[in-house]
Amino acid sequence: MDFELIVMQLFSGLALGAILVMVALGLTIVFGMLGIVNFAHGALFMVGAYAGLWIASLTGSFWWALLVAPIAIGILGMGIERFLVRPLYGRSPDDPLLLTFGLGYVLVESVRITFGTDGIPFSAPEALQGVVDLGIGYFPVYRLFVMAVVALVLLLLWLALEKTRFGLIVRAGARDPLIMKVLGVDVGRLWLLVFGLGVGLTALGGVLAAPMRSVSPEMGTLVLAEAFVVTVIGGMGSLLGAVVAGLLVGVAISMTALFAPEMATIVMFSLMALILLARPQGLFGRPGLGA
Amino acid sequence: MAMLEVENLDAWYGASHVVHHLSFSVEPGEIVALVGRNGAGKTSTLRAVMGLMPKATGSVRFEGKSLLPLGAHERFRLGLGYVPEERRIVSGLTVRENLQLGLVAAGRTDERAAIDEIAKSFPRLKERLGQQGTTMSGGEQQMLAIARAIISRPKMVLLDEPSEGIMPVLVEEMGVLFRRLRDQGTTLLLVEQNVEWALKLASRAIIIDQGELVHASSAAALLADKDIQDRYCAV
Repeated sequence: MDFELIVMQLFSGLALGAILVMVALGLTIVFGMLGIVNFAHGALFMVGAYAGLWIASLTGSFWWALLVAPIAIGILGMGIERFLVRPLYGRSPDDPLLLTFGLGYVLVESVRITFGTDGIPFSAPEALQGVVDLGIGYFPVYRLFVMAVVALVLLLLWLALEKTRFGLIVRAGARDPLIMKVLGVDVGRLWLLVFGLGVGLTALGGVLAAPMRSVSPEMGTLVLAEAFVVTVIGGMGSLLGAVVAGLLVGVAISMTALFAPEMATIVMFSLMALILLARPQGLFGRPGLGA
Repeated sequence: MAMLEVENLDAWYGASHVVHHLSFSVEPGEIVALVGRNGAGKTSTLRAVMGLMPKATGSVRFEGKSLLPLGAHERFRLGLGYVPEERRIVSGLTVRENLQLGLVAAGRTDERAAIDEIAKSFPRLKERLGQQGTTMSGGEQQMLAIARAIISRPKMVLLDEPSEGIMPVLVEEMGVLFRRLRDQGTTLLLVEQNVEWALKLASRAIIIDQGELVHASSAAALLADKDIQDRYCAV
């Protein structure tokens, strides 16, 4: 097996990992700040892909789909927080878990009824089709584009959280909502925005992933499992953990597919088990969080 | 008109009824000490005024405005500051960032000037603006919690056990600061276990026992009355 093939597979793993990073970021932001495990997250990834498909078919532009779908699904997420999740704050942690679990089913069935059960192809725009010579081999342009978009989103997210007043409030609110209340912050509105942001990120992941696989009602199911593994490996609630673990899992799946394809699906679970044995809180998690 | 008027306040934690028909008032520009034994209901009273109790009934008015229908963040915006017993310095944030939190909802745009101004009253904090807040000593953290609460210039500050676990020299510094705040027109409602210290600072005193008001007088009168202090405040 030559070196070029291994490097190309590594790049493929990073592209897959970039999608996982988007989904896991949304999951971990919502868990880290609201303490809610959102089981509808995979379904919202799928809804994001369908929203992108629909907008692209209306406008004829992938770019509009990429821009508008995450915002629209983010607003849907805010509606979910406001009318479904918020009444459950302060109750048993099982309640929002069960609610989002059921909501996931509702979303999948709604899409099945509306768009049918068959997968629908979603083409990347012409400018992003084809391959590019990286010097060591040819690599799909679209996958490089996905990696660049995710890197840009991560940079913007980091700047927003670390360098702005909103980011300061979010970081403090995640650690101590009570003190933010007595310092005049409407924590309910903050959670609304955070939930919308988390859902918008997974919807962006859905739109980005759509040209790499066909759009189908089930596309969120595997992604949800992968995103949970990424979140657990990275540490529940840790943004840095979601990024590192997302790329790690993407590369692990991709490299295993090269050497032992039949093991590709279970490698991430083995990785998770190994890391949890060494660090029960995950790579970057805080001990006790999520217990 | 009193700045804070509490009438027939009742408050609960779940099924536990912790404040019973409590009535008192605080005038503008005074320091009132709220004292009593551990578990008497002092912290619950402050929390009810600030909107942090799960259930509270009766009437709490701040400058004539009814507080009970409002959330804690809305009470802050009316001019109520709160320093909780546990200090609650936010981990992972520097001293400067913790101070910034006190300004985010206050609508002040001169953030740097406000922090420089507050640092003059808290020289220990000025030296540590870049340090993680939770790595400071207990006394310094208490100073930071107070600075964070007053940086937005609230009209009234509710202080819950500010001297607890603090070195005597810092407690004295705190007393000087509270007198200066009062002289500048800030009203203080002070919950304290350190009764003597609180009574020397305050103009009036209220004793709560088992969630009920059992004594109200001038602070000087209570300071002189060891019998009442022993009956209701002795540990």
